Amino acid sequence: MSEAVLTVEGLGVRIAGRQVLDGVDFAIAPGEFTGLIGSNGAGKTTLFRAILGLQRPTSGRVLLGGRPRSRRGAGIGYVPQKFLLDPDLPLRGRDLVALGFDAGRLGPSTRLRRRRAAVEEALAAVDAEAFADTRVGRLSGGEQQRILIAHALISRPRLLLADEPLANLDLRSAQEVVSLLARVCREQGVAVLISAHEINPLLPVMDRIVYLAHGRAASGTSEEVIRADVLSRLYGHHVDVIDVHGRVLIVAGAGDDADLAGCEETVEHTEVIQ
Amino acid sequence: MMFEGFMVNAWEVASIVAVVAGVVGFFTVLRGAAFAAHSIPNGSFAGAAGASLVGLGTLFGLGVFAFAGALGIGLLGRRGRHDAVTALMLVMMLALGALFVSFSSEYAPEVYSLLFGEVLGISANAVLPTLLLGILCLLVVAILYRPLMLSSALPEVGEARGISAFAMELAFLGVLALATTMTVPVVGTLLIFSLMIGAPAAARSFTDRPAVAMALSVAFALAIVWFAIAASYETNWPVGFFVGTASAAAFVLGRVWAYARARMGRRPSARPSPS
Ligand SMILES: Nc1ncnc2c1ncn2[C@@H]1O[C@H](COP(=O)(O)OP(=O)(O)OP(=O)(O)O)[C@@H](O)[C@H]1O
Ligand SMILES: [Mg+2]
Repeated sequence: MSEAVLTVEGLGVRIAGRQVLDGVDFAIAPGEFTGLIGSNGAGKTTLFRAILGLQRPTSGRVLLGGRPRSRRGAGIGYVPQKFLLDPDLPLRGRDLVALGFDAGRLGPSTRLRRRRAAVEEALAAVDAEAFADTRVGRLSGGEQQRILIAHALISRPRLLLADEPLANLDLRSAQEVVSLLARVCREQGVAVLISAHEINPLLPVMDRIVYLAHGRAASGTSEEVIRADVLSRLYGHHVDVIDVHGRVLIVAGAGDDADLAGCEETVEHTEVIQ
Repeated sequence: MMFEGFMVNAWEVASIVAVVAGVVGFFTVLRGAAFAAHSIPNGSFAGAAGASLVGLGTLFGLGVFAFAGALGIGLLGRRGRHDAVTALMLVMMLALGALFVSFSSEYAPEVYSLLFGEVLGISANAVLPTLLLGILCLLVVAILYRPLMLSSALPEVGEARGISAFAMELAFLGVLALATTMTVPVVGTLLIFSLMIGAPAAARSFTDRPAVAMALSVAFALAIVWFAIAASYETNWPVGFFVGTASAAAFVLGRVWAYARARMGRRPSARPSPS
């Protein structure tokens, strides 16, 4: 097997006296599509920040390409969960994408021609040409999402992190973004790690799943992870996995009220969709 | 005449100030840092008052207070709300200023002139320091242009790429302090503010492109300053009146233009339907 793009070993993060992540272990191979699944507050964003070097782990470590990170963010593209773009910002979609090409460098741009070509290519990869000349702050949420993905892709990362890109998108747009990311993953050989609190939209494209609950993680293929025994161990109480016409529902099994409360959100989310 | 003798200095220095205000103001408006751009020049007035009290150069006092204010805003604003911290710095510096001014027994014209500037009375030896500080300012902005741009638009994405939002904030505030130090003696604390906000805010109504917006911002600042000097020379009204009103007028013009452009539908201002 080739060297993993990302290896997370026994990662623990403690914030304000709370163990947000605890002994998280998984690895991602080059070009793999991985879903990071967990309900609100499970620690998805914290895990991303730890991978990026923005959050110091209290234990364990993060390896990129088998080695500790050299420079912060080197080789990783990142689309954050929350971002706010001022509608009056004099910046078109393509300008923001261009910043992805060389924003880390100081001084004036030197490779303008190559940058222009790279911008066109990145915009095409996310089907964003139609709105690339509009002020980025005036685009819809889904369109901004695409521009940010293009911004991340233009630096040719080996790993793309997308934090809940499907939140706030309607079903059709969500499916579009999923297939777009899957396409990018296959065509450009970029490993994709995408977080979501709903598993079903990702099931058809995921090579691997990292399931987060209570700060702990289970990882493997979806067949290996989406099983009653694995998830029950993760949640610390009994959980049932129900297959309804190809859609997975994860529900709290018969138990006391406390158990039910722990799983409530998962149940809610799975039932809301489709 | 308007283009002779001491007036030549006025034209030269004011033009340098306008270029710097246009460039630094572009990032000020981009970052929503108008309050800091108001507070640093106004607070630095206290430094000049203090320096003149103890017999040091007013420019020195101005610079020290400008950088101290910038550092204070940057460090204290790291956590919590920026506006409250900025206000606090301003209030502290103004309090010191009030104290210094009350200590000085005689009327100190050079200190008061800092409030409104003395464009028409600029001496020849003010040209070179202004030019050097101006070049330094532009150089820093040119070096930091792209990381500063990304960090201003999407700080988290910048962080993930190794561009520290805190470092960018400090660098920006430092540039603001530098611009303050060089421009305040010329146009005064009150006017540099209107120049730094009016011109760039107007510029971005006319274009969607960052580089064009910055160039327009400089052009507007130059036009405003030139107009203000000429009008002031002709009418004997204060330069500040013309700088302020012209800045506001430019902003209004920009809004009208943006509105008209949207109405005419020349710009794809409406969202393209998601495919
Ligand atoms: N800076 C912080 N200070 C205090 N608590 C924090 C901080 N960052 C994260 N947390 C806590 O860590 C937990 C995990 O947060 P995180 O943002 O990683 O969750 P998430 O899985 O991304 O949730 P969501 O789906 O809502 O985005 C939350 O309970 C949150 O309150
Ligand atoms: Mg999150």
